[in-house]
Amino acid sequence: MSERKPVIQFEDFSFQYRAQAEPTLRGINLTVYEGEKVLIVGPSGSGKSTLGHCMNGLVPAFYSGESSGSAFVLGQPLKGLGLFELSEMVGTVLQDPDGQFVGLTVAEDIAFKLENEAVEQGEIHRRVAAAALAVGMDKHLGDAPQNLSGGQKQRTSLGGVLVSDASILLFDEPLANLDPHTGKLAIELIDRVHREMDKTVIIIEHRLEDVLHRNVDRIIVMQEGRVIADQPASELLRSELLGQTGIREPLYITALKYAGCELREEMKLERIDELQADQCSAKLQAWQDTQPEEVHSQECSPLLEIEDLSFGYEPDALILQHVSLRINKGEMVSIVGKNGAGKSTLSKLICGFYRPSSGKLKYKGADMRSDTIKERAERIGFVMQNPNHMISKTQIFDEVALGLQVRGVTGEELQRRVHQVLKICGLYPFRNWPISALSFGQKKRVTIASILVLEPEVMILDEPTAGQDFKHYNEMMEFLRTLNREGMTVVMITHDMHLMLEYADRTIVLADGKKLADDTPARILTDASIVEAADLKETSVFELAKRAGLPEPREFVSRFISYDRRVRGR
Amino acid sequence: MKVQMLSYKRLDSPIHRLTGSTKLIFFALWSVVSMITYDTRSLLVMFLFSLIMFALSKVKYQDYSFVLYLILFFFLLNHIAIFLFSPHEGNKIYGTTHELFHIVGWYSVTLEQLFYQFNIMLKYLTVVPIALLFILTTDPSEFAASLNRIGVSYKISYAVALAMRYIPDIQRDYQNISFSAQARGLDTSRKEKLFKRLKNVVAILLPLTLSSVERIEVVSAAMELRGFGRHKRRTWYNAKPFTARDYAALAVIVIVVAVSIALAVSNGSRFYNPFV
Repeated sequence: MSERKPVIQFEDFSFQYRAQAEPTLRGINLTVYEGEKVLIVGPSGSGKSTLGHCMNGLVPAFYSGESSGSAFVLGQPLKGLGLFELSEMVGTVLQDPDGQFVGLTVAEDIAFKLENEAVEQGEIHRRVAAAALAVGMDKHLGDAPQNLSGGQKQRTSLGGVLVSDASILLFDEPLANLDPHTGKLAIELIDRVHREMDKTVIIIEHRLEDVLHRNVDRIIVMQEGRVIADQPASELLRSELLGQTGIREPLYITALKYAGCELREEMKLERIDELQADQCSAKLQAWQDTQPEEVHSQECSPLLEIEDLSFGYEPDALILQHVSLRINKGEMVSIVGKNGAGKSTLSKLICGFYRPSSGKLKYKGADMRSDTIKERAERIGFVMQNPNHMISKTQIFDEVALGLQVRGVTGEELQRRVHQVLKICGLYPFRNWPISALSFGQKKRVTIASILVLEPEVMILDEPTAGQDFKHYNEMMEFLRTLNREGMTVVMITHDMHLMLEYADRTIVLADGKKLADDTPARILTDASIVEAADLKETSVFELAKRAGLPEPREFVSRFISYDRRVRGR
Repeated sequence: MKVQMLSYKRLDSPIHRLTGSTKLIFFALWSVVSMITYDTRSLLVMFLFSLIMFALSKVKYQDYSFVLYLILFFFLLNHIAIFLFSPHEGNKIYGTTHELFHIVGWYSVTLEQLFYQFNIMLKYLTVVPIALLFILTTDPSEFAASLNRIGVSYKISYAVALAMRYIPDIQRDYQNISFSAQARGLDTSRKEKLFKRLKNVVAILLPLTLSSVERIEVVSAAMELRGFGRHKRRTWYNAKPFTARDYAALAVIVIVVAVSIALAVSNGSRFYNPFV
């Protein structure tokens, strides 16, 4: 251990972006050693991405600013290294799988770095073949990005980094755009590359539980531009630090804490699949017995009914096949399934953007066939994942007012209704701000406000919490919960397992264009066959209950969830 | 999303095996020659030659049928327009008048006009197969490499490849944006009045521009992180080496150019005149 060679060193390093009034990184002291696997966590705005950009040279080459203190990569001072020299040492996989896919095919994308280095063609072909094999994309060399899944695109990006000799691999939020199952595979692949190819791996991510699916040597916690912890996972999990910094702790840890179990090092807390929970069995069981059984209020007044719905661009290639489901008034429902399962197609059919090939859509018992997109929008609001796809005005007031204006509402009535909605969404203080000055989460709220103003009875939200950290996730979801309590029916399309566990009354699972299941989230996420068919991930609370040898692990999960909801709702 | 029209398909034929650069040069020179010359003899030879190449390429009819119909439709329109606006163009060119029959007013059908329009038809027929072949048999992945080879800077060449890469993504963004605009009541279909429709289209363009700018930032960061622009020169995964076949094709196009120049010089004009 004493001879470990440092590959990245930061000494009292600070950085301030040119456009910012305050430094983003303050007095960072950090050393990463050769062959280590390090996870950097922190809420958004903590500076973790900026720290990553300092390592790969995007700061200051791409995002300019002033730095102080010293930093070294492979022993060379960072100040003397350009973006290109650094790219020889640090290979980066960015967050956005589409944006960083610059080739027309998989092979070209992997080859990109070598092409730029003017490597001779025969050697490019050999090295691309080897890298593609290493990331399992060797069967897809000629495929275009449009025909690949998010996970495949990410594997291609990793291949494009492995093809060069960079000894340090940097992953910037590798899980952000992946469904839970694909995310699990990504973590396994990163782990394999780390072990087999002698790379130093740095992962920047706030989804701690998912990264801990495989071992990491150390976790670095960042907050407000500082490193506030640098310790092994098991120590971090036993501390109270995660709660204080606003990073979601793994659910099984939360469950152990609820039950009052003592978290000890020898329990192997950092790995759910190796967790020693035997000693906790009694306490977990006792806690379960004190929790009331979950009661289902069966209030069933159907609002939206879908009967035998099928859709495809071509009659022999159906994207949705004979889907039937109903959404009841006042429910908070989630629709889950892997990419391409038909989730967004379904919502587009409901909103009338597409016409069904066969089947019926009913709203309050009446067929919606002849209703226009505009008419449906007054009852069913649709909020897209990317707020930038919805915002077409520069001022918040104008943006929210737009839908009313085209419907002929003017003057005082317009102002009153817009202001009311802005108050509901907590945007009233910003009403005269330009939208460009808002954060991502606030923009998302503006898009929700612009839909709410039309007073729909149902809202469909596509990935309402994508790209947001735990704090913003909580704020957004509590906001939706409040709307729901006031009578709004909420449908959430998501692949966030936490979201469905914590907020959905009911979960509808789609797989390959068919409805696979329709049940409570607790029952769905403890059913191995559904979890597998829909590329979901079993909840770690279920695993905990099984490892502790509890007789009714599923019941434990559902009681945990209802307790957790009560605690959060406070 | 929709049916793929007029796109490259991986096939093995003598035409497919040519490099993109060869096809680009061939197509460019071939078009220039057939645009300039009205010499019926050389056009006929070129037309036959283009048909032979088309047969060699093994391209399937359904891959281009739609576009072919479209071209034929405009071709017909063009001919009607020529006759309507200039029914005696042929007589002016060839200097004689052999009237076949009179229609009305100054409209009459003459042999010269028929021959002139026949030549125009031949010009179309010589260019269309080669243009279709160029599009159907050139791998877009290889196209950037080809541009680079014939002297275009690699940054510009790669920009062309990037455009092809991101067009489907931007189309998808556009569709999403326009859906959400429609839901809020911004109609961009023909049901709306023209002025309002234009205003509504502008409302879609702003988010589309913003999301594209956002994308450009990610793309350029990703490219620089992988060393794009570091060196004066780059190699290409998909570049094809020049073979004897390419030199032969280039020789053919040089001969075509030379012969048409020679014919034009010996005739003293771009037109072949059978009437004197």
